[in-house]
Amino acid sequence: MDMKVKQKLGLKERYALMTRGLDWQTTYQPMDAVFPYDKFEGIKIHDWDKWEDPFRLTMEAYWKYQAEKERKLYAIIDAFNQNNGHLGVTDARYINALKIFITAVTPLEYMAHRAYSHVGRQFRGAGARVACQMQAIDELRHFQTQIHSMSNYNKHYNGFHDYRHMNDRVWYLSVPKSFGEDAFTAGPFEFLTSISFSFEYVLTNLLFVPFISGAAYNGDMAATTFGFSAQSDEARHMTLGLEIIKFMLEQDPDNLPIVQRWIDKWTWRGIRLLSIVAMMMDYMLPKRVMSWKESWELYFEESVGALFKDLARYGITVPACWAQTKIEKEHVSHQTWATFYQYGAAAGFHTWLPGKEELDWLSEKYPDTFDQYYRPRLEYWAEQAAEGKRFYSKTLPMLCQVCQIPMFFTEPDDPTKICYRETDYNGDKYHTCSDGCKHVFDNEPEKYVQAWLPVQQIYQGNCFNPGVDPTAEGFDPLAAVLDYYHIVSGRDNLDFDGSEDQKNFDVWRQTAKNNT
Amino acid sequence: MTVIAIKPYVGEVRDRVENFHGNQLLFIGWEDHLFFASPYAFPFPPAMRFGDVLEQVLPGTYGVHPDWSKVDWDQAQWFKSGQPWVPDVNKSLAENGLKHKDVIRFRTPGLTGIKGSFS
Repeated sequence: MDMKVKQKLGLKERYALMTRGLDWQTTYQPMDAVFPYDKFEGIKIHDWDKWEDPFRLTMEAYWKYQAEKERKLYAIIDAFNQNNGHLGVTDARYINALKIFITAVTPLEYMAHRAYSHVGRQFRGAGARVACQMQAIDELRHFQTQIHSMSNYNKHYNGFHDYRHMNDRVWYLSVPKSFGEDAFTAGPFEFLTSISFSFEYVLTNLLFVPFISGAAYNGDMAATTFGFSAQSDEARHMTLGLEIIKFMLEQDPDNLPIVQRWIDKWTWRGIRLLSIVAMMMDYMLPKRVMSWKESWELYFEESVGALFKDLARYGITVPACWAQTKIEKEHVSHQTWATFYQYGAAAGFHTWLPGKEELDWLSEKYPDTFDQYYRPRLEYWAEQAAEGKRFYSKTLPMLCQVCQIPMFFTEPDDPTKICYRETDYNGDKYHTCSDGCKHVFDNEPEKYVQAWLPVQQIYQGNCFNPGVDPTAEGFDPLAAVLDYYHIVSGRDNLDFDGSEDQKNFDVWRQTAKNNT
Repeated sequence: MTVIAIKPYVGEVRDRVENFHGNQLLFIGWEDHLFFASPYAFPFPPAMRFGDVLEQVLPGTYGVHPDWSKVDWDQAQWFKSGQPWVPDVNKSLAENGLKHKDVIRFRTPGLTGIKGSFS
């Protein structure tokens, strides 16, 4: 007699069994007391079971896939390290982009892991909780793989030595830090809109194109490998981002204006954060992939434009900043790099001026703006540097209260005028760099009045090591602040030309090429 | 609305004037000179003479620019919070009505930076 074997479960059934019934219906405490966070933002959810992850990944499958990826990743990192892969990059200038990545982005991954763990606890729907839990593990994994991939560079180059200490102190790192803390201190639905949707769905391609394609173009197999390993997770994170938006919008019409406001806010905050990626693409990659403007047009105007056409059926419109970003794509990389160039004595990485061929490349890529507004400045600085008068700004910049970036962005209708916006609130003035940041401030002033602005903190005397006496004779405030940052002046900063990194790279490359 | 929060929420103003040890912040920008990436932030005592800012402080900040030596202060146009404004160089910052975190900018007609690029 034939055995009657039950049919194997289909993917959908397995997913349902692995992700449903895991939720918790309280008996002696009200649900709202146990899940206090998922209602206060005003989002109305009527049926949590309507949450469906398009990937339908279960924990069981998750462990299998991720373990396989880890094995491949670490095999390549080992090979890279053993074969002195760091000497295979195009030029040591490129390595400065990695210094930015490990100090600015890697701590954000760790914070994202914490935030997804938190949100996974706070949603009362089981599907959403499982999705957040897996993403929390992904973010922790990204954090670890980035550190492991870049630790080999730390043996050979300056500036990688103390990213965790720097994260809470160094002036430009307050930009990603404040972005993350703004997201992670919001309610759970706003958090998912900020990171899962606006950052990961709308903007993440703009991070991967320059960083991972740029790493590959410039011979950095270690970074390319962690990028590829992370990117397969990102696809799943993007579907989570889109799912959360659709879920909120389909649950109740009252959710629409709240979601739209979050999309406007977080798209703008994310775009400001990406200013640093713009300069990495146009100025920091010795071999360039494409200009920032070209990537903006491809990955934002075209791809994100299509996404918002899809969301239009819910009543969602393109982010309010859309028109301004079309203008800023011409300027942002030049304005950002010019700022780091002049504050190169206070940064934890090296800066430099583009060479003649690179200037010509920029002219070709930005035919309507570069020669008119930026080339004369860079050429003048090069002349001055050749005379031994390399320009370093010694006075601290005015910062935007919201994005915390120095106020270097120009007016939407005039690239020769700095954009100043201000708000009077409770008897104090608050300054912002744009209509987008002013709008964010004006919507929730109590959140942003408490910004930890590095310039203001330095002037309050809060950025010196314990025991330092700012009233002592001959006190050098910049030196004291750099000590507090753990940046070694003359080694970790200043111009790339003449730096230890430049000299060592040249010597090691020569050694690798011949017998002497 | 001021903030959406689960319970009453008051933000601590980190940059209130009391935290600056007797100084107040003044933000200053030089129009048409994007050579200097952004406006600058300075901590000054309110009793400081406005003219001393121009004579003692700004040369150290802006002097590196080739236009700086050509600045004619009699021609300079001043703006406070974007509106035309006339400072009295012999009066203090406080007497000029400058409060903590005010922003002022000056325009020097005829000077438009490196090769007229507003740099």
